[in-house]
Amino acid sequence: MLKKTPLNQTHREMNAKMVDFGGWDMPLHYGSQLDEHHKVRQDAGMFDVSHMLPIDIKGESTRDFLRHLVANNVDKLTIPGKALYTCMLTPEGGVIDDLIIYFLSETWFRIVVNAGTADKDVDWIIKQRDIIAPDLEITSRRDLAMIAVQGPNARAKVWQVIPEAKAATEELKLFQSATLNHFFIARTGYTGEDGFEIMLPAEESPAFWRALYDAGVAPAGLGARDTLRLEAGMNLYGQDMDETTLPMESGLGWTVDLKSERDFIGKQALLDSKVTQQLVGLVLLDRGVLRNHQKVVAQHDGREFEGEITSGGFSPTINQSIALARIAIEIAPDEEVHVLVRDKKLRAKVVKYPFVRNGKVLI
Amino acid sequence: MSIPTDLKYTKSHEWVKTEADGNVSVGITDHAQELLGDMVFVELPQVGDTFTQKQECAVAESVKAAADVYSPVSGEVVEVNSALVDNPENINQDAFGSWLFKLKPSNPAEVEGLLDATGYQALLDSEEH
Repeated sequence: MLKKTPLNQTHREMNAKMVDFGGWDMPLHYGSQLDEHHKVRQDAGMFDVSHMLPIDIKGESTRDFLRHLVANNVDKLTIPGKALYTCMLTPEGGVIDDLIIYFLSETWFRIVVNAGTADKDVDWIIKQRDIIAPDLEITSRRDLAMIAVQGPNARAKVWQVIPEAKAATEELKLFQSATLNHFFIARTGYTGEDGFEIMLPAEESPAFWRALYDAGVAPAGLGARDTLRLEAGMNLYGQDMDETTLPMESGLGWTVDLKSERDFIGKQALLDSKVTQQLVGLVLLDRGVLRNHQKVVAQHDGREFEGEITSGGFSPTINQSIALARIAIEIAPDEEVHVLVRDKKLRAKVVKYPFVRNGKVLI
Repeated sequence: MSIPTDLKYTKSHEWVKTEADGNVSVGITDHAQELLGDMVFVELPQVGDTFTQKQECAVAESVKAAADVYSPVSGEVVEVNSALVDNPENINQDAFGSWLFKLKPSNPAEVEGLLDATGYQALLDSEEH
C-alpha cells in the first residue's frame, strides 16, 4: 500500500502521472516534465514535498543535542527563523541523511528530513536522544503538508495568495523563515531559484494548492524537481551520497564544521580519514544522455582514473546532458574525460557546479 | 489513444508500416512515448546495418530514461530519419508519424507475424492489469 500525501487527490484531479517514489504515491509530471522545468526557471512552479518529514525537537537542551547530532554547527543559528543545511553522520562518518534545521527558539528546533530515510532518521535521533538528552521531546509532524513554490516570481505569487504574508516574509534572506498564523514560510528550496518552502496544516493544503494554481503557479512533479536540482548542483540522498560515503567525497565538505571544539557523531572518523574521491560536474560534449552509474574514465598525468556518475541526466536549461560524478581528487575542471555509454565512449568536460542558478547558465 | 489499423506492432511497443516498395518503416508507439515522457535524444542505426528480429537497433532517450528499440523484423537498414536527431520531441507530438528507420525485410513472413491493431490493443489492456 503506497503512502499518500494530503494532496494526493488534488494531483489526480490535475491529471498527474503518478509513480511509486520510495513507497510514496507521488506526481512525476502533469503532462510535460520539460514545460514544468522551464516554468520554474522562468516564472513559478510548485511541488508537493509533503512526503518529506518535519520533526520538532523541543526542550531546554535542544541546541546541545543538535551540536552532537549533526556535522554542521548549529551555533551558526543565532537569529530565530534561521535555517542550516547539514548532514547527520554515522560514527564512521557516512551520511545517514542530509537535512535542514530551522531555529525557532532556544527550546524548539525543527528539522526536515528526506522521505525515504524518515523512519531510519527518527529511530536514530530517538536513540541518540535516549542516550544524551532524555528530557527532549521529539515529534514527527505528519500533520503538516509542505509545498515548495519556486521560481523568479514565486514569492510574489505567494503574496498574491496570502497578502498578509508579504510583510512577514519580504525581508527574509535566503535560509531564513517566518511563522504566520498556520503557515511556516522559509526562503529555501531545491531548484536553484528563489522561492519559499511552506508548511501548513495538511487539511488546508488542497485549497492552498488550488489558490496558488489560480495565481498562475504551475504544478510540477518529481521529474522536473530532479532536473532542476541537478542543474542547481544539489545532492540527492541515496544517489550522490549515502552511509558508505563521507561528506567530503560528495561535495558536502562545506557543510561539515571541523574547526570548533565541539564533538559530534562522526567527527573523529572524518579527522582520521584520507579523502581520495570528490564529486565533480560533467558536461557531455558528444550527443547522448548521461545516466546514473555510468563509468567515467579519465587520463591524468599518464595515469588512468575510473569514476562513476552519481546523478546524470538531460539539462533542459542548457540543452545538453550534465552529471555529477565521483572521481579521484586529482581530476580538475576543464579536463576532458570519457563516459562509457552502452558500447560507446562519449567525451565529457569536467566543470565546477552548480550548472545553473537563478535562471543563468554558469558553466 | 487510437491505434492506427494500417500498422503492425510488436510486444516491445514498436510500430511497423509496410511501404509501397516493400520496405518497412519503424517507430515507437504512442503508448511507448507516453511512458517515456519528453524525448531528448535518439540514437539511430546506420544505413547498411543488418539486424535480426528482436535485436537492439536504436535507442530512444527521454528526460527520464533510455529505452532500447528492437528491430521488429530481420533486415537491412536502408534509410534513417536524421531529422529526429535534432527534433526528438517530434516523437512525443506524433509517435505514429515519426519513423526512426526503414528496413528491407529479409523474411517478409516476419512482418505478417506481427500484432495487428486489435492484438496490440489487447496487449495494452493486459499490461494495465
